[in-house]
Amino acid sequence: MTSPAITSAKPAKFASRFDRFQVGLLGLAALAVAGTLVYGGYLLTVMQLAMIYGVFCIGLNFFMGYTGQASFGQNAFACIGGYGSAILCVQYGWEPILALVASMAIAGVFALIIGYPTLRLRGHYLAMATFSLGLITYDITIQWTAVTQGYMGYAGIPPLGIGSFTIDSERWKLVALALLLGFGFWLSLRMRDSRFGRGLRAISGSENGAAALGVRVPRFKLIAFIIAALYASAAGSLFAHTVGFISPEVYGPQMAVMTFTMLFVGGVGTIVGPIIGAVVTSLLQEVVRGSGHFQDIAYAVVLLATLIYAPKGLSALGALFRRKKEA
Amino acid sequence: MALLRTTELTKRFDGLVANNAIDLEVPEGSLFAVIGPNGAGKTTFFSMVSGFLSSTSGSIEFNGRDITRVPQHEIAAMGLVRTFQLVQLFKGMSVAENVEVGCHLATRGGVAASLFRPAWFRKQEREVRERAHELLEFVGLSAQADLDAELLPYGQQRLLEVARAMAAKPKLLLLDEPAAGLNTQETEGLAHIIQKINAQGTTVLLIEHDVALVTRIAHRIAVLDFGRKIAEGTPDEIKAHPEVIAAYLGVEEASNA
Repeated sequence: MTSPAITSAKPAKFASRFDRFQVGLLGLAALAVAGTLVYGGYLLTVMQLAMIYGVFCIGLNFFMGYTGQASFGQNAFACIGGYGSAILCVQYGWEPILALVASMAIAGVFALIIGYPTLRLRGHYLAMATFSLGLITYDITIQWTAVTQGYMGYAGIPPLGIGSFTIDSERWKLVALALLLGFGFWLSLRMRDSRFGRGLRAISGSENGAAALGVRVPRFKLIAFIIAALYASAAGSLFAHTVGFISPEVYGPQMAVMTFTMLFVGGVGTIVGPIIGAVVTSLLQEVVRGSGHFQDIAYAVVLLATLIYAPKGLSALGALFRRKKEA
Repeated sequence: MALLRTTELTKRFDGLVANNAIDLEVPEGSLFAVIGPNGAGKTTFFSMVSGFLSSTSGSIEFNGRDITRVPQHEIAAMGLVRTFQLVQLFKGMSVAENVEVGCHLATRGGVAASLFRPAWFRKQEREVRERAHELLEFVGLSAQADLDAELLPYGQQRLLEVARAMAAKPKLLLLDEPAAGLNTQETEGLAHIIQKINAQGTTVLLIEHDVALVTRIAHRIAVLDFGRKIAEGTPDEIKAHPEVIAAYLGVEEASNA
């Protein structure tokens, strides 16, 4: 090809948009889900969790990717979602769907109250503050036994469903979770490609530049934080309803590290990154589990390789092919 | 009528007086320039006017309203939009998207509108894209619209920043050393665009290092030196002003003059 690539008059098409490569990745993820449905077995649980973490990461991507702020404490909101669902369903006999939505509302209010003072911090300070938020929540779930039942956790949380119809089969649970993930993804697309989404992404590009153009930076950061919290809470609830049992470890600091890894493997700030990262990382854990003693090392090696050779994550690899073609 | 008026505007950084009681009136519709040697306090002045930095004392009036203590986003919303000496492009967004962000103030709608997409919102999004396209054409960057903004050469990044600021439909456009780092040809192109912007009715306040450029395009020039305004007048008056010559060429020549 000799014609310069930049003369195309078609509407925008570049790395940060929804390019064919990313659509292809989504297709692969869908195939993985379909394959799992056929294959069944333990893989069903793995993919169920991948879908749940995908929901979490889509939210996290709003705050860390689009807005460019660090948060290591979103697991706190997943915790609110999970325990909210557990307590409302087990103690008070609520409908799972209602419990999920109510927990999201609670998580949103908490995000507003916590985010308002916290988001004045920047960079490392914000990272530390959010990390401690996750730790504090973890401690509360252990110590406040009257409400959380401490290490015992909650068992017997009912699966999702409407009225008398409940989704009991593991296969149908995966289908429902995949559909919910798709719905969450669709919502995220709409928010991203709008005046609001552009404002967020401008903040990560240059806070000063965004402010000079009238973007209300503190407010936008807060809204992104709340969106991340709502997704995290939904993911926390989904976990509770899918697995049926929760305990403090589920929503501990390890969850923050795991979702962080997923987001970076998939591509922080990319459109499909959260989903791809969640699926790839979840499957990867199962693959390396087979290597016995070397499981953690194998896992670390794969992650390091991704971060070194694909620092923008798997979803941004499409740009690599494109550049080669144009050269 | 003065669109922008500063009265005794002062900024102290501890012992250093960066801006000392600066009085300035920028008439509506004019192309006004502030010049001065390095460290004269030009950028400090600019930052105070745009609400980026708070002043120590004195007042700023824009479009008949006191904006001395008004937050930055409100100042921008009133129609006073600035560019930066160090280009502040939005990395990770395309050239066109950068300009689309510029339309932020001229548009409305938040999360709810983006989720439900009512008719007015879809229409507005279309208009934003059209406006971005027009502005890119205006500065001559329409061929690069889909490119990642980071990949633009420096001179074009400057033009993009101007286009982005214009998307906000400013009454007063503040340009902070827009020609810094540009070659002669690029400076020429930029000067032409600034003049066009002004001719279309936008008041322009320009900070510049390049005296030749300023004396050619500005209607009126104020000169800062060591935080004080030492002269103001038409380009011809400024070129002949003894204190200006002293500030730029050294004191001895001035005492001879």
